[in-house]
Amino acid sequence: MRWQNATVTQIVRRSPTVISFFFRLPEFIPFIAGQHVSVRLTAPDGYRAQRSYSIASAPETTDHIELAIEKLENGEVSPFFHEVVEVGDEIELSEPIGGHFIWRVEDDGPMLLVGGGSGVVPFLSMARQRALVGSTAPMLLLFSARTRRDLLFMDELDRLRGRGDGFGMVATLTREEMPPAGVSKGRIDAGIIAGSLARLPGKPRRIYICGSNPFVENAAQLAIDAGIEPAMIATERYGL
Amino acid sequence: MATRGFVGRRSGSDETGRLPPGQFLESGFPVLSAGPTPRINTEDWSFTLKNGIRPVKSWSWAEFNALPQSKMTRDIHCVTTWSKFDTAWEGVLIEDILGDAFIEPPTGFTLAHSYDGYTTNVPTADLVGGRAMVALRYEGKPITPDHGGPARLLVPHLYFWKSAKWVNGLQFTEKDELGFWELRGYHRYGDPWREQRYTND
Repeated sequence: MRWQNATVTQIVRRSPTVISFFFRLPEFIPFIAGQHVSVRLTAPDGYRAQRSYSIASAPETTDHIELAIEKLENGEVSPFFHEVVEVGDEIELSEPIGGHFIWRVEDDGPMLLVGGGSGVVPFLSMARQRALVGSTAPMLLLFSARTRRDLLFMDELDRLRGRGDGFGMVATLTREEMPPAGVSKGRIDAGIIAGSLARLPGKPRRIYICGSNPFVENAAQLAIDAGIEPAMIATERYGL
Repeated sequence: MATRGFVGRRSGSDETGRLPPGQFLESGFPVLSAGPTPRINTEDWSFTLKNGIRPVKSWSWAEFNALPQSKMTRDIHCVTTWSKFDTAWEGVLIEDILGDAFIEPPTGFTLAHSYDGYTTNVPTADLVGGRAMVALRYEGKPITPDHGGPARLLVPHLYFWKSAKWVNGLQFTEKDELGFWELRGYHRYGDPWREQRYTND
């Protein structure tokens, strides 16, 4: 595994629990949308902690990589990022990892992306890449979050949707009494899955589901109930 | 190089020497897998031992449960850096499966197969000698589907992706054939004590 000392160049809050960290790498290593990197922190006595985070930036933006890190209350690494890390700090990052939960432009579509909370992060990389290279592969993002403030990247996703090039989005909020216009209320259920599938021009070639384990399991089983082949479903389960 | 401001949250058990490098102690039992949890009915379940492409023997759920049952309590280590101590499993040791099929291991390489199409390679030597089992029970209860039930491979001395969930067969192969994650950037062998996480570690 190759490790590099990356420099934090920018810090942007994305939601009450998620902050984006932009890194400049001594050497940019090409990656595939959906991949993750490991972050390695080292204490003065040599103690190390290592965690993986999905890449949010597109493979085309080679001057930085963006990691959107959710703060886990009992975490060891994510609270450090939220509370300690500043612009200018050096953090060790691994080369990109993961050969399964990935999308390449030539993979085309249609595809359904199902993200729960910060599980939307790898889909940002895919959607950004798709727009940057001018792909018109049909891509529908089904995004579930707790409240409207937890819909991270919403402005950007709205802009991508506004391009009218085959990228669509369905959002649903599980803990919001009065969701904003165009946003559903409640957990992902059979109706939302059916409605999302119906908005694609054909049966998806691949369904990607990312989020907490219960979220992923629920969405995956609903997709299977809706007639999707289990082998077409790629999952990424967060939770550490 | 130390990371500015990082001290870390050490677990006391670190001092017992049971935590491999780069791991932290987890009290829960996180679930990770590359796809949906398959729906497996024990009435339809079967387990097949193969030598190359040739099936040697298959067992139904009832037949498999009638094989000698053994207990193993072990520390487990996930490549995503969590470890869990003293996990208690019960199932059938690999040598007891081989014994019931009246065969000695024919090759040094084994590929485990699962209901969802997942595969993982383990040297045969790592599966015998009481080091591995097909587990049917966890903490005294049937293994839940998200943790690999009804049956999962348990090879606790290697990173836990080697302990294939929803296992339905072992296949002896002439050479070391890489499995699902091993073809996707993860280490061929996966020894947590040598931190063999990724292909070239």
